[in-house]
Amino acid sequence: MDRLRNPWGKPRFLAVITIFYIFWSVVPVLLAVMFAFNNGRSRTTWQGFSFRWFTGPTGSVLHDPALQGALKHTLLLAGFCVLIATPIGVALALGLQRWRGRGSGTVNTVMLLPLVTPEIVMGVALLLLFLRVFPGIGLGTEAQVIGQVTFTLSYVVVIVRGRLVSIGPEFEEAAADLGAPPRDRMFRVLLPLLAPAIVAAAAVTFATSIDDFVVTQYLSSDASTTTVSMLLYSSARGAPTPALNAIATVGLVITLLTLTLAFLVYRRFASGQDAAAVATMEV
Amino acid sequence: MGSRWTWRTLSLPGVAWLSVFFLVAFYAVIAVAFGNQDTLSQPVPFWKPWEWNVGYMIDTLKNFWHGGPFLTVSLRTIYFVVIAIALSLLVGYPVAYFTARHAGRWKGLVLVALIVPLWINYLMRMLAWINLLAPGGWGSTVLHDLGIEKLFLTLGLLAEPGGWLNGQPTTVILALVYGYIPFFILPLFVAIDRMDWRQLEAARDLGASPLSAFVRLTLPLSVPGILAGMVLITLPMFGDYYTADLVSASTQTNMIGNQIDEFMRQGSEKVTGAALTLLLSLFLLVLMFYYLRTTRRAGTQAAEA
Repeated sequence: MDRLRNPWGKPRFLAVITIFYIFWSVVPVLLAVMFAFNNGRSRTTWQGFSFRWFTGPTGSVLHDPALQGALKHTLLLAGFCVLIATPIGVALALGLQRWRGRGSGTVNTVMLLPLVTPEIVMGVALLLLFLRVFPGIGLGTEAQVIGQVTFTLSYVVVIVRGRLVSIGPEFEEAAADLGAPPRDRMFRVLLPLLAPAIVAAAAVTFATSIDDFVVTQYLSSDASTTTVSMLLYSSARGAPTPALNAIATVGLVITLLTLTLAFLVYRRFASGQDAAAVATMEV
Repeated sequence: MGSRWTWRTLSLPGVAWLSVFFLVAFYAVIAVAFGNQDTLSQPVPFWKPWEWNVGYMIDTLKNFWHGGPFLTVSLRTIYFVVIAIALSLLVGYPVAYFTARHAGRWKGLVLVALIVPLWINYLMRMLAWINLLAPGGWGSTVLHDLGIEKLFLTLGLLAEPGGWLNGQPTTVILALVYGYIPFFILPLFVAIDRMDWRQLEAARDLGASPLSAFVRLTLPLSVPGILAGMVLITLPMFGDYYTADLVSASTQTNMIGNQIDEFMRQGSEKVTGAALTLLLSLFLLVLMFYYLRTTRRAGTQAAEA
């Protein structure tokens, strides 16, 4: 049996490749995080442990105006992006799931297109849109929020629709049989069932916005609309101090925490699904 | 529940948003590519197809002719992407295969390790390598001490000792692999993980050698996963400009994305930039729709199952 399950000779060979791969993919980032805590100006020579690039009096994330501005702007964009993309995306997911008529196929395709369009194409398209069609909006914060919403919308729709499919129509039908009006079916049956998916979608949107680079860069106007990703791009090669590693580490911690939250909520889906299955049988 | 109008009304804000900020925006690229520019070199879009000016598009296409600058950049881009994808397959397939079939009780942990890079900012991952490969960095020291640097110098894959970040195609290709391979491994893992292993057992029972069972059964069955992973990383690689900018910082390694970026964001040749963007989109359109079709089919199959 063991021989049978193993068509490639010793799986140790595969295990070695896998271990090497994981080492190669994770260790460089860990070292970059480590150098954020370097007690010196070098990003290549270890000079002892310190928090100076996070909280020190000069040039740290906490006290350098450029770093602090970039971090604040990144969080501002992410907040607005979540506030706009989540409700519009949830509504679109609900609509697309139940709307089976003329035009729904087209909308379905268009909704998925931003997921496969190379970011530079979206960046160029939105740049020209705000330069030539909506010069009143122009480049800057508003354009950046709109650009990020345009592609995070698709993530929200995909996540929420996945949950809608697994819920099925039974709960709404049961509520209707028991005399609940459409409003109650929506707000007291469907939306509570969707809550974990909505939280997960909001978290993914938040993290995607923080990590976004191309669209945000194309739609920025000046130094005041610089984000952490843009700062990494512009100063990675010339960067004077480990403060860049420090601000990257702050961004990393924020996205990892957000996505872990999303993952934990998502995992509750399994138990939620089981509960749904049991409840369906009860009905 | 409710009338059909409820669902259409719910879809309305999203549909309106995508129409304006995706479809109209993309049409703006077309209108600019077939438009003109004013005296300040700002693009002037021509919205009506019957007024289109094909002059800039023809000039752009001419630059693809015999040794033209866009031809060089495009061929280089294809060359980089093809090698990067081949390397991703070479490393990614064994990893996905091992995780799906042989990881045993470590499967969950290995899977987390495969997913975590997807959660880390791409630019941070590039920054990590810039720190490591800078002169005196830990990475260049290790590569030197292990003799890898010498090997690369001998093979002509590196121009000068310690010059990893000085316009080296090798570094750009390896950085592309590092950046995108997690996106390749995951769909491949899913495809291999879902395979029906009873077929393999049947093949072995009927006398197939391990090698022939792999070549004639496992490999063909993983082709859809391999293709999905390849398309998934091909699309962003063709639009990439930041990787080459960051790890090479030389026009000698410019990809088509760098060319577009120079025209759109830095220079004042936005009309030519829009024409190039349009040509790139047309080139990638087949791949985009192939991917949408396969994922949708997988979705309906999953829904039916």
